[in-house]
Amino acid sequence: MRLELVKRKERSHKMAMLSPIIAIGLTALAAAIIFAVSGHNPLEGLYKFFVEPLTQQWSLQATIAKATPLVLIGCGLAVCYLSNNWNIGAEGQFIVGALFGSALPILLPDFESGATLPLMLVFGALGGALWALIPAVLKNWFNTNEILTSLMLVYVASLMLDYLVRGPWRDPDGYNFPESRMFSDAATMPDVFGGTMSLSTPITIVIALILAVVLAKTLKGFEIRVMGESPRAGSFAGFSAKRLTLFSFALAGGLAGLAGTMEVSGGLNQLLPTISPGYGFTAIIVAFLGRLNPIGIIIAGFVLALSYIGGEGVQSAMGVSNKIASVIQGLLLFFVLACDTLILYRIRLVSHHAPAGETSHV
Amino acid sequence: MFEAVLLTVITAATPLLIAAVGELVVERSGVLNLGVEGMMIMGAVVGFAVANQTGSGALGVVAAIAAGMAMSVLFGFLVLSLVANQVATGLALTILGVGFSGLIGEAFIGVPGLKIPSLYIPGLSDIPFIGPVFFQQDAIVYLGFALVAGVAYTLFRTRIGLVLRAVGDNHASAHALGYSVIKVRFMAVLFGGACAGLAGAYMSLAYTPQWVENMTAGRGWIALALVVFSSWLPLRVVAGAYLFGAVSVLNLHAQAHEMLNIPSQLLSSLPYLATILVLVLISANRRLTLVNTPACLGKPFVPDR
Repeated sequence: MRLELVKRKERSHKMAMLSPIIAIGLTALAAAIIFAVSGHNPLEGLYKFFVEPLTQQWSLQATIAKATPLVLIGCGLAVCYLSNNWNIGAEGQFIVGALFGSALPILLPDFESGATLPLMLVFGALGGALWALIPAVLKNWFNTNEILTSLMLVYVASLMLDYLVRGPWRDPDGYNFPESRMFSDAATMPDVFGGTMSLSTPITIVIALILAVVLAKTLKGFEIRVMGESPRAGSFAGFSAKRLTLFSFALAGGLAGLAGTMEVSGGLNQLLPTISPGYGFTAIIVAFLGRLNPIGIIIAGFVLALSYIGGEGVQSAMGVSNKIASVIQGLLLFFVLACDTLILYRIRLVSHHAPAGETSHV
Repeated sequence: MFEAVLLTVITAATPLLIAAVGELVVERSGVLNLGVEGMMIMGAVVGFAVANQTGSGALGVVAAIAAGMAMSVLFGFLVLSLVANQVATGLALTILGVGFSGLIGEAFIGVPGLKIPSLYIPGLSDIPFIGPVFFQQDAIVYLGFALVAGVAYTLFRTRIGLVLRAVGDNHASAHALGYSVIKVRFMAVLFGGACAGLAGAYMSLAYTPQWVENMTAGRGWIALALVVFSSWLPLRVVAGAYLFGAVSVLNLHAQAHEMLNIPSQLLSSLPYLATILVLVLISANRRLTLVNTPACLGKPFVPDR
């Protein structure tokens, strides 16, 4: 028996919709097996992991709070990946954005006005964009592989954060703990809708919707898609691959930086040696699960956020390590990529002995 | 002092060397596997766990190689059998490996490890300076050099190497000549997985004999950069690995001797900054990179019947 791929005449739209759902199903199956192998009731595990977070108000709110940065970062990454720019350093851009955004409340704690928060958000987006432009510029000028450089900068960014919170930005009244001073009220992201969610969430959704329109309806969106699928065709239309590299990296970095600032000014209210449970990497999964489409990414961000909350849920209720969350996230990306094959190809199993024609379609 | 520095450089360079030479073979066959970090960390945790349970370092190493290969089978199935996107699948492999190793390794945090013994050759090992540096290393250090020599010989002096390079440079022609592109690539991917697993075992059984979450700390990615640095020539991987080994231990020695007043975080970031610098220097020289870059690197192949 072996697999054989038969190219479809055209993209299967049905499979494009179905493949993320099949992937989630297969991931749940794999998760059930992991629960069973580690000696737990698989059904209880699946329920606690995927369903229970949705049944209570606090956990639903926590899921939305976790989904927000994932969606914002994932939207930017989608633009990169659509245009064939492999930015995998969003984690670093998130951190540098948070550092730029925090500079104001940490260095000028007495500057409390209505402009504080908007300025922080602008700085945050700027910081993330600048950090992301490093691999983009290196790619354009020196032909450097952007995958490796953007990833290396993640390590540099987290060491920078570590240095600042243990060194110059440490809270002077903080008993030597490695943390910055707390942000003032003017530097804190307000809650909206009766305190159910941070202002970050509606901001993120608005940005995702704008991006969805830009990608689907505007010339820029056309440029991004054409340059990803056929740079040669795009260059005849006058699009510049180098300009698009700068644009997509700056956009992705800017959104990741904005997410970083909103995270520290919303949830944490100060800088700590670690400010992200790997949002920048999980957002890569979000982007692919959401089919590189902002609307899909909103849904995918929620699904991946569930895995964080669900991971904590199974840990406290069943004593399963919450590390299982990152295993499930990794499996999910695997299954998404595998299922995407079905969009372009039909898969059939061929037995070595069967004559041609006696094949079974899947 | 110099001898001590040199010894730490060797241990720091060995995992980079082994992982990079494995990935070099993979890329020569035309496949880009960005999952080196994931395969390496799985090798590290499985090697540690098996050595800890059985008390045998050798079994740990074998298990680590098997773990790296198992991960590479997943990758190979997706990108070769299902023509999934290579970049994304490699990333998935790394994300999965980092997550899975954290889950497996949770039971082994803080457990004292087992160090692979160094070889001792009576006579030779006792020579001052030369003895400790050249004749008192553990077996994997020598194995690393043997791997480089073997890969260099196989790639450029044997028929297998010729076929492998043909598949990597022009898969359509290789297919037309009757070679199974997919099979050759799968073998190369498996070899890469075995090397990454071995490199991981070296991390947790020799470099720092313990399990710490995320202990490979980006070395898999640096190994990928080393392949670019070497411009796909095995012997240059040695130079690159030792250069990076030196940069990464500079950190330890500088901190131990309180050199200057440099923040430790800056020193720790040197290997990553050096990687970027080296990539810039090498990639800017188009003649150097284009000559040896496998022409089909990263391009999917679907055999027509």
